Amino acid sequence: MAQIELSGIERVFTLGDSEVHALHAVTVAIEAGEYVAVMGPSGSGKSTLLNLLGLLDRPNAGTYRLEGRDVTTLTADEQAEVRRNRIGFVFQSFHLVPRLTAAENIALPLMLAGVPPVERGPRVAEALKNFGLDTRANHRPDELSGGQRQRVAIARATIMRPALILADEPTGNLDRATGQDVTALLESLNASGVTLIVVTHDPVMGGRARRRLMMEDGALVGDLRADAASTA
Amino acid sequence: MTPADTLRFATRAATGYPLRTALMILAMSIGVAAVVVLTALGDGARRYVVNEFSALGSNLIIVLPGRSETGGVGLGSLFTSTPRDLTVRDAAALLRAPDVQRITPLTLGNSEIAYGGRLREVLVLGTSADYLGIRGYRMALGRFLPREDLERASSVAVLGATLRDELFGIEPAVGRMIRVGDRRLRVIGVLEKSGQGLGMNTDELVVVPVATAQAMFNTNTLFRVMVEARSRDALASAQRQVEDIMRTRRDGELDITVITQDAVLGTFDRILGALTFAVAGIAAISLAVAGILVMNVMLVAVTQRTAEIGLLKALGATGRNIRLAFLAEAALLSLAGALAGLALGHLGAWGLRLAFPVLPAWPPDWAVYAGLGTAIVTGVLFGVMPARRAARLDPVQALAKR
Repeated sequence: MAQIELSGIERVFTLGDSEVHALHAVTVAIEAGEYVAVMGPSGSGKSTLLNLLGLLDRPNAGTYRLEGRDVTTLTADEQAEVRRNRIGFVFQSFHLVPRLTAAENIALPLMLAGVPPVERGPRVAEALKNFGLDTRANHRPDELSGGQRQRVAIARATIMRPALILADEPTGNLDRATGQDVTALLESLNASGVTLIVVTHDPVMGGRARRRLMMEDGALVGDLRADAASTA
Repeated sequence: MTPADTLRFATRAATGYPLRTALMILAMSIGVAAVVVLTALGDGARRYVVNEFSALGSNLIIVLPGRSETGGVGLGSLFTSTPRDLTVRDAAALLRAPDVQRITPLTLGNSEIAYGGRLREVLVLGTSADYLGIRGYRMALGRFLPREDLERASSVAVLGATLRDELFGIEPAVGRMIRVGDRRLRVIGVLEKSGQGLGMNTDELVVVPVATAQAMFNTNTLFRVMVEARSRDALASAQRQVEDIMRTRRDGELDITVITQDAVLGTFDRILGALTFAVAGIAAISLAVAGILVMNVMLVAVTQRTAEIGLLKALGATGRNIRLAFLAEAALLSLAGALAGLALGHLGAWGLRLAFPVLPAWPPDWAVYAGLGTAIVTGVLFGVMPARRAARLDPVQALAKR
């Protein structure tokens, strides 16, 4: 049994009186610990797929089994619980809460999960140390560099020790050097066993993934494994 | 999310936008302060009037000539027309009632008082010896009117303290002859300073026997008869007896009005209490406006923080978490506003007391609690809609917004 099993996923948006097939007949299985890049031109449905995988969106048809459980039929609160415990998000624009410090931003998922403050402190301190942020703990996002912000975001995504990390253009707002740092950080998390799914249209980043899903007009048009792919 | 965390998160959100929060608190506090100050003013007026009436004495029944209405005591019964004279004989007859202890007739008129070339306008009160005891006044010098037949017009007078000072200065007054109107009277006493009582300043009064005053003003009727019941409990039966006696004396027709101090007091108490209530109600409108402002501010906050709400949802926040966080924020804003308003209102009431020392302008407890309660309830109530809107946001669209 694969960690993620999508079969016959359809997602249709209605814009005015026309229907847009954002996802069409998507069937794919992803094993635990895989490193997958979802690639394709803009509007090809990459982000919609990622939102669906992250339970932020529901398909119009098809089933999504996460760790053997059909999650498409769960209630909103049950989905929130799955997101809280099993999934970590990393966004292109970081999405840090501007009025909270780095440490508080990292602690947000723990707070939402109802972890008591005494337990939160050591876990946040450890995360800050692991991500090289211990000197920035009490800085607010506007006092951090882009790379530091994304590291805070990744620390936040991993603080609940999720099984799956979903990253939407995680290096899109960063310069080349910091982008590489962040990529390396995500890859090291993947090396420790976490499934990593990255949406990108940067071929360099996509090329580093061991598996690439190519999308076009809402459909999967290619599924390339690293051994078969050329490292461009 | 634990309640403590929800509260902390809401506090951070409120303090994260200081200008917005300050304006919100200001609006709410003005509403609460308005309630506190206006009720303090209304209740102060009520207490002032009640105190004035209490100064009259406790077991008093007041008989006045004429009857303008048949039921209850209203403000109108204080100013009645006079169909038939209320005479000194009538007053004396009231002493026959078993529950009546003392009576004193009252006649009032304006005249001139003169001594040693000094002349001034003066209010003349014609009454009897028991007036002193019934009103609870004390003599500063000499003695009060002699106990004698009510129809005897002795040529004596008792002066108010201020009047004495003005006429005699440092000279002794008792024993001197003064002129009041066209009569020469001997000063037999001076009243102790007592101040204002029901708009009649006793300190500027000259008190003469009732018959003297009636002769002076060429009248037979009395202005009032004050009747003192044996006790507070006997007040009702004394009132009935007074009415019976008067009815008998007037061939079965009751053309006088009998009021008790309690009834007058009760009426004023009710009128001014209702006035305070109405004023509080008007002030409460500003609280409703503040409530709508809370809603407006929270709706703006939801729009402002759409991306944040999307993020929280992505991090696993349930709709309930988000609803509670926004509701807690609205409640905190209202609470802070209400407390600030309470402080502001008490400051205002203190200012009022400072500016008008005779007015005991303390806000009544019920108004304080009602003001606080309304502020918090409206704040939370108007916070529900924005909070629900936040909780219902679609996370994908919310995250896409920046």
